[in-house]
Amino acid sequence: MSNNKSEYLINRHDNQYEVVIGLEVHAQVTSESKLFSTSATKFGAEPNTQVSLVDAAFPGMLPVINEYCVKQAIKTGIGLKAKINKRSVFDRKNYFYADLPQGYQISQFKDPIVGEGKVILDMPEGQKEVGIERLHLEQDAGKSIHDLDPKNTFVDLNRSGVALMEIVSKPDLRSPDEVNAYIKKLRSIMRYLGTCDGNMQEGSLRADVNVSVRKKGSKEFGTRCEIKNVNSIKFMQMAIEYEANRQVDLIEDGQTIDQETRLFDTKNNETRSMRSKEDAHDYRYFPDPDLLPLEVSDDFIENLKSEIPELPDEKKKRFIEKFKLSPYEANILVSDIETSNYFENVIKKSDVKLATNWIIGELFAALNEKNLEITESPISAGNLSKLINLIKDGTISGKIAKTVFEQMMEGDKDPKKIVEEKGLKQESDPKALEVLIDKVIDDNRDKATEYKSGKVKLFGFFVGQVMKVSGGKANPQLVNEILKKKL
Amino acid sequence: MSDITKQSLSELVENIKGKKLSSSEVTKAFVERSEKSKELNAYITEDYANALNKAKKFDEKPNLDLKLPGIPMAVKDLFCTRDLRTTAGSKILNNFVPTYESTVTQNIWNEGAILMGKLNCDEFAMGSSNETSFFGNVQNPIDKNLVPGGSSGGSSSAVAAQLTPITIGTDTGGSIRQPASFTGTVGLKPTYGSCSRYGIVAFASSLDQAGPMAQNVKDCALLQEVISTYDEKDSTSIDFKRNKYSKELTKDIKGKKIGIPKEYRVDGMPKEIEDLWKKGIEYAKDCGAEIIDISLPHTNYALPTYYIVAPAEASSNLARYDGVKYGFRAEGENLIDMYEKTRSEGFGAEVQRRIMIGTYVLSSGYYDAYYLKAQKVRKLIKNDFDDAYKKVDAILTPSTPSSAFKIGEKTNDPVSMYLNDIFTVPVNLAGLPGISIPAGHDAKGYPLGLQIIGKAFDEQNILNIAYAMEEKIDFKNNITDWWIK
Repeated sequence: MSNNKSEYLINRHDNQYEVVIGLEVHAQVTSESKLFSTSATKFGAEPNTQVSLVDAAFPGMLPVINEYCVKQAIKTGIGLKAKINKRSVFDRKNYFYADLPQGYQISQFKDPIVGEGKVILDMPEGQKEVGIERLHLEQDAGKSIHDLDPKNTFVDLNRSGVALMEIVSKPDLRSPDEVNAYIKKLRSIMRYLGTCDGNMQEGSLRADVNVSVRKKGSKEFGTRCEIKNVNSIKFMQMAIEYEANRQVDLIEDGQTIDQETRLFDTKNNETRSMRSKEDAHDYRYFPDPDLLPLEVSDDFIENLKSEIPELPDEKKKRFIEKFKLSPYEANILVSDIETSNYFENVIKKSDVKLATNWIIGELFAALNEKNLEITESPISAGNLSKLINLIKDGTISGKIAKTVFEQMMEGDKDPKKIVEEKGLKQESDPKALEVLIDKVIDDNRDKATEYKSGKVKLFGFFVGQVMKVSGGKANPQLVNEILKKKL
Repeated sequence: MSDITKQSLSELVENIKGKKLSSSEVTKAFVERSEKSKELNAYITEDYANALNKAKKFDEKPNLDLKLPGIPMAVKDLFCTRDLRTTAGSKILNNFVPTYESTVTQNIWNEGAILMGKLNCDEFAMGSSNETSFFGNVQNPIDKNLVPGGSSGGSSSAVAAQLTPITIGTDTGGSIRQPASFTGTVGLKPTYGSCSRYGIVAFASSLDQAGPMAQNVKDCALLQEVISTYDEKDSTSIDFKRNKYSKELTKDIKGKKIGIPKEYRVDGMPKEIEDLWKKGIEYAKDCGAEIIDISLPHTNYALPTYYIVAPAEASSNLARYDGVKYGFRAEGENLIDMYEKTRSEGFGAEVQRRIMIGTYVLSSGYYDAYYLKAQKVRKLIKNDFDDAYKKVDAILTPSTPSSAFKIGEKTNDPVSMYLNDIFTVPVNLAGLPGISIPAGHDAKGYPLGLQIIGKAFDEQNILNIAYAMEEKIDFKNNITDWWIK
């Protein structure tokens, strides 16, 4: 197997296979109410408390499009640099299931609201463009709960009718790592736009993964299998690895791959056949006669364009050009909008280089350890900015700063106060330092003699002694200077 | 006043406003007549006690500024009515009580009318004789064992028999106009988008339209004025300037150009219908209208087009009746078994036939050949009308190719049943307004109707033409009360 991140190659005997992946991402539209009804969409509500007569498909109930969801979809399309279709059509996808009250899902089949676009991935070897085939709006179904009762299935319709964007990529992805980067980038763009919160635990982002394999160098696609409804990046990667290897084994065994829908079993780490192509549903798509074609004007689209914030790619470029960050640093800082906002707030009043290092280093490590998001950081951007200024103006040393930082993590305290209260202010008065240094030299006469006779390595010992005696507060630069003179 | 139920809506409104009659007196009269008329089987659900209570309450504090002050009224059981069972004529909704009110009925109650009960209809409005109803046949008051037409058969029967002064029906392919024609009453199918579909049990969403049924054109105009409103809850509702149909009603149609489409002279059309049509042309001329021959070349394709589009939409619209959430459920071994049993036992034969047709025409591999082609033909049919309306203001045709037939006569021949809608279906496909007015009798003494088709949103014009012709025709319905013992 290759370690090249953008390429995931499987070697069997003399053959080398590459994996071809396309994703259908289902992203829940951030919206107070559902796609065709006014019911709330809050996560975690009591079952069946956010269900209108429309969501439960009562006789004579009719869908009415939620304009906000349309705006969100168009914004996402703009974020994906995609073609916005001024005319799109809602179709009915007909199938029976207990948690599908209408007996059909309202979706967009032939004429989606958003056409072709692209997403740029930052891979270790460089950038990679992934094509977007389309984005369409559709309703989510309800939830069937099979494990509450030995005989009955319970149905929760809170999700029924919630707006989803199905974002279909072209089969441009070639490795589990690219899938990871793609999902993260997509999520980042949507979070910047405020169109999907990307919360995979809450099911706001899930994907159907299409996997096929082909001999390296081949231009033709192999037969694909679709792995349905995978809800974490890790599971997507595991499912792809399992599925790709399964397909290669079949080919090597002289067998053919059946086009089918498969499920990923997270317990056994394997994909299993759900239904074959022959058993595939005939969804009997046709335009929903309850809804008129959706038509948007140029003005409508232009107004939305004016609401689009700076997106990660543009922000990254600006950070590199304006703040002289490395691409690596810029990537990390723009990866989600909260982090970049935090960074920009910190550097409003403090040094960029120090801020970058402190955020990517200390802050991320500390947040990680406490399992906190940047938005939950105990240290506000303002206070981190103050801490950085205390370092910059020499009030405290970098080492002391780490102590102060630790205390700040316990609760958002003003670093100046911590420094004052604990007396951590750096000693930068040369006269006071001279007194200290004289005492250290006095106490270590023998070592001073050795140093003078050429054992220059001992200089570090003296610095350490001075720092120790000062309780770490001595300004290291001054200590160096004075020591050199005195010795 | 002893003959309250013989009064037209307009007379009743005038008498209540003039305090010559109370709502209680009127309601009591219609309730009593309804109770004596059970043999017609016009009602599925009666709500007489509530109606009498509401009438009493109305009389305690009468608001005489309303358009339908204290007027009792029964409605087709396809309209969802809050707290009163709504079945759509189907076993699958036998026990269904809505918690909500359709926009059209709400508009009616807002104008002071009082609900007496729910009227029989073909199951899910699929039928032309009211014989597909789970709740049994409806008798046409014209003659024993005669169908009242369908699907709004309970409505036409109830209006003709004067069990209700007026009513509302729904019309997907002729379900208001054909039963009106069969019972000697007036029925208007408004422009698609004129009346909200919110709260009406759906049959075929792109064709369904509610409309008024009455004993005369004036009553019809008044009811249309009440029920037609723009409704944000129906995405296909259209926000156009609606006339005050009853106030603007006029018999002056001098110079109106009325088209006679040659394609409506169908093969095998009885001479009686041909003669009626000729008479209608003479009446129109007498009213000062100008008669112009026109062509609607795609008329022949209307019926097959309709029987693709309507079942396709119905097959999807009726998927929600699955035994999971409300209505009838048959127990099953598992989910699929429950679905199959529920829908096999819950739906009648005609509904099942149309679900099958609709499922077939939408299936992959058949969609292009049937549904897509039908949509294209539908556009051509609409274009025919658009072209015709460059030359004429309205179109005059017979409402049906025959008078009412006997119960059971066509139940085993669905195609012959479907042919009954041959003159009404094109109007639905084109989304236009059409009105049927009684215009004469056949040899058996059964009523025959003429249809006036208008331009989109031009209900006022066809109401005016109907109003003028009604006076010339001077039709008298021959109701003997044969069912009252």
